[in-house]
Parts: sequence; structure tokens; C-alpha cells
Amino acid sequence: MKTPLIELNNITFKYLGEDTKNALNNVSLNIYPGEWVALIGHNGSGKSTLAKTINGLIAPTSGEINVKGEEVTEATLWDVRRMIGMVFQNPDNQFVGSTVEDDVAFGLENQGVPRDEMVARVKDALETVRMEDFAIKEPARLSGGQKQRVAIAGVIALRPDVIILDEATSMLDPQGRQEVIETIRKIKEDSNLTVISITHDIDEAAHANRVLVMREGEIIQEGTPAEIFSRGEELIELGLDVPFPEKLKAALKDRGMSVPDHYLTEEGMVDWLWTSGLNK
Amino acid sequence: MMNKLILGRYIPGDSIIHRLDPRAKLVASFYFIGIIFLCNNFISFGAMFAFTIFAILLSKISLRFFINGVKPLIWLILFTVLLQVMFSQGGEVYFKWWIFSISEFGIKNGAFIFIRFVLIIFMSTLLTLTTPPLSLSDAIEYLLRPLKTIKFPAHEISLMLSIALRFVPTLMDETEKIMNAQRARGVDFGEGNLMQKMKAIVPLLIPLFVSSFNRAEDLAIAMEARGYQGGEGRTKYRVLHWELPDTVVVIAFALLTVLLVFIRS
Repeated sequence: MKTPLIELNNITFKYLGEDTKNALNNVSLNIYPGEWVALIGHNGSGKSTLAKTINGLIAPTSGEINVKGEEVTEATLWDVRRMIGMVFQNPDNQFVGSTVEDDVAFGLENQGVPRDEMVARVKDALETVRMEDFAIKEPARLSGGQKQRVAIAGVIALRPDVIILDEATSMLDPQGRQEVIETIRKIKEDSNLTVISITHDIDEAAHANRVLVMREGEIIQEGTPAEIFSRGEELIELGLDVPFPEKLKAALKDRGMSVPDHYLTEEGMVDWLWTSGLNK
Repeated sequence: MMNKLILGRYIPGDSIIHRLDPRAKLVASFYFIGIIFLCNNFISFGAMFAFTIFAILLSKISLRFFINGVKPLIWLILFTVLLQVMFSQGGEVYFKWWIFSISEFGIKNGAFIFIRFVLIIFMSTLLTLTTPPLSLSDAIEYLLRPLKTIKFPAHEISLMLSIALRFVPTLMDETEKIMNAQRARGVDFGEGNLMQKMKAIVPLLIPLFVSSFNRAEDLAIAMEARGYQGGEGRTKYRVLHWELPDTVVVIAFALLTVLLVFIRS
């Protein structure tokens, strides 16, 4: 068995002033190197809170978090943040620099990276997200998807082991969303990154190796995307959209056709459709 | 509304003035404002005027921008000039009524003040038109650095400045959005008397204020997540280069000062 990169043991968290409900309730979770984990669930299910506890932006009320075998404490906090990069929801509010290259360099400046190396790493990171032509542009001249790609470049320039996408695509249009997911997927393949993505977006969750479903501060289901997506109707209650093949299946079922119960990808659906047509 | 504002705007270009070190430009502009008070006759003002026009020509920016820069302040200038003209005494008196008088000395003083105002505005407009706000904040940080010894927070000030500058267009967009959203709900901006106008601003100001708080929190979290721990132990991505033309600017200003000292009366 592989050793987990991130270990969460019985994490509980309660926001100040809320005395009845825990935002996180006894969550235990292991994340392994090179994995893509999607965290899904409706609003207020504790997804973002969980992400913030992982890199120490908020300290859990009880329980412990280990990153690479090291417990996240006051003393190890900054080392942990070095290993974990985070991309947030709002593309405007996380853009610190005045231009694209300044923003990418911001994290490197914080770590005291010498300037020569910084220039090379900024250039590299911008090439990876295909934003090298925009290096001296100001954020006001970029689209949402471009700003989000710059945010990713800022994170990968730091060479982290883990990237957490905290609803990083939720404010983007479908095209921007596609671009960002594609960029992440490519970076992940190239550098064996661990990705934790918190999302409502079904396409993003479909890229994951493992999907965790959260409700009321607890992880209630865990499985591969195929296992989770085959639940159909249940997904809507969990604040998620149903993948297109599932929608099609439901519509066919309504019209009296017998459809397979297991989850099918779009290609799988096409295959099934034209073979089932032949059977008649 | 915002497009008319020339002061504080930057026009991209590639002239000698554009390429100067922002530190040189910043110091030179302030120095210029200082030495303009050395002038006290038409020859010295003439020299300053020629110097300013030469600098403007070097920047390859149309004179129109500079004149537009003066326009919003023209009433203030005329008012000051008028006061000078009417209340200064001395020399030959051309006209006198009650406590007002127009004299040779008054007219001369008025003209000097007019030229002084225009030259100061021209020079500061030249600074902002040719220097990106970001370079300016770099220059300010550099110039504030010696103050660190007396515990002056130079890094924090410059970070605040650069974040503020970066968010100006973002907040402008948001202001516009909120204005339109409130207009769609029936708020009338810029209508009615002063009191009504002021009241109409509230539905714009409060949402803007609240969203600034949210932005600040998001930004602080994003900065922390990227390892920001304050100014200690940080390296810098942008570096300023002092080159030959910058030294030439310093020499030019030194020569100008010497010249002024000799031709002032």
C-alpha cells in the first residue's frame, strides 16, 4: 500500500459564533501521491472549509492533519504551504500582482527565490499555461479564464506537490472552464501532481480518479466517477448536475426504453445506442 | 467621466523619457517644482518654459494631452491669478477702484503665477503620462527605503500602493456595474438638488464598501496561501536599472539650477 501524501484524522471544525453545527464533522481522509480527487457536494457542505484546513488557512477544532508525514502546526505551517498550492474561486480577488508576470512571481518573491531563477521559472510557468504572450498585460485586460490560468501559473511556478482547486472554475464560462481543466490535466500528467478539486462541475469531477461526496460536513460517499455518476437522480439532491449520458438515459427511460443501469461515458452511450438499435 | 482625467494616466510609448529610470523621473519632477520658485523674472521663466517644452518634445506625446491636463484646473489658476493681479501693489498703477487696483507689478505677478502653475502641471503630467503606475510605486519604494532605519514601514506602504493601483480598474468596473444595477432598480444618479444627489450615492457606496471588504479578505487568504509572510526575506522580481540617460537628466537639472541662479534678478 502506498503511503498517503495527505492524512486527515478525525477533523472537526466549528466556525466562531455557530454553536449548533459543525462545518466539518469527524472527517478522515487519505490522499495519495499523483491522485486526482474531486470533492463534491451542495453549498455549505464543508468542501471549502476542508480545503482550507489542509494547508493551514484555518486550524481544525480537533483532529490532526499530516502532510508528507509531518503534522500541520503553527511551526510547520509555511513548509506545508510550500508543498500545497491553492487556486481560489474569484479570478479577480486572488490576482495580487499588477501585471501577469508580477502575479506569477509573487509566490516566488515570498520564498526568497533569487531573481535569475525567478525569471526562468515565471517564463516556464507562463508557457505551461499558454499565457506567455500576456506576460506584461494588466489583469483588467484579461478574461476570467485567462486570469485563472495565471493563478495556476503562479501556483505551479512554486513547484508544489499538491494543487487544490477551490471551485476554481465556478465563475468561468464553459469555454474558460474547459481551458482551465485541460491545463490542469496536462500539468498533472507532466509532473505527477496531486490534484484536489472542489467543484460543482460534473466535467471536472469526471476527470478525477476518486470522487468524494460531502454533506453536512461529512463524507458520505466515495468512489470512482463512474460509481458516483451511476446514481443519477441522487446527484441532483447532492447539488450536482447529472452527466449528459445520464440525462439521455433518463429521457429514454421516460419514453419506455430499457437502458443499462451502469454509468456510461459519452462514447459508451454512443456504442450502446447504435448496438441496441441493431438488436431491434 | 473617468476618461477625461488626464492627470495620473499613463500613455504607453517608447521615447527617451519613457525609458528613463522612474526614480530619476520622480526625483526630477519634485526637484523641478522646487526650483521653479527660484524664478523671478521673465528670462528665468522663459528658460524653465523652454526646458519643459524640450522635455515634452522628447516624450513624443502630443501637446494636446498636456493642455487637457491643465483644463480641469483652469478656474483655480485663473482665480489665483486674478487675486494676485488685483491685490498686488507696486509699479505704475493703471486702474484703481476701492481696494482693488491693477498695477504693473500685479500683472507681472499674475503672469508669473500663471506660468508657474502651467509648468508644474505640465511636468507632473509628463511624469504620469510616461511612467507606468507600477514603476512609480517601485520608485517610491526605493526612495522610501532609507526611512526603514527609523522603522518606517517602506515595504508595507509600497505593497499597499501597488495593490491599490492594481485594483483601481477592477473597482471602477464594479462601480459601473453597481451603478447600472441600481439604475435598473430605479435609482436616479445625478438628478435633483444637492441633498437628493447625495442620498442617491448611498446605494452605490454601501455595496461598494461591503464588496471591498470581501475582496480584501479573499486577497489576504490568497496571499497567505502563496506564502506571503511580510517583507522579511523577500526577493524582488522587478529591478530598476540606472543608466547613462538617467545620469544625463541629473546633470541637466544641475546645469539648469546653476543657470537659474545666474539669470534670476
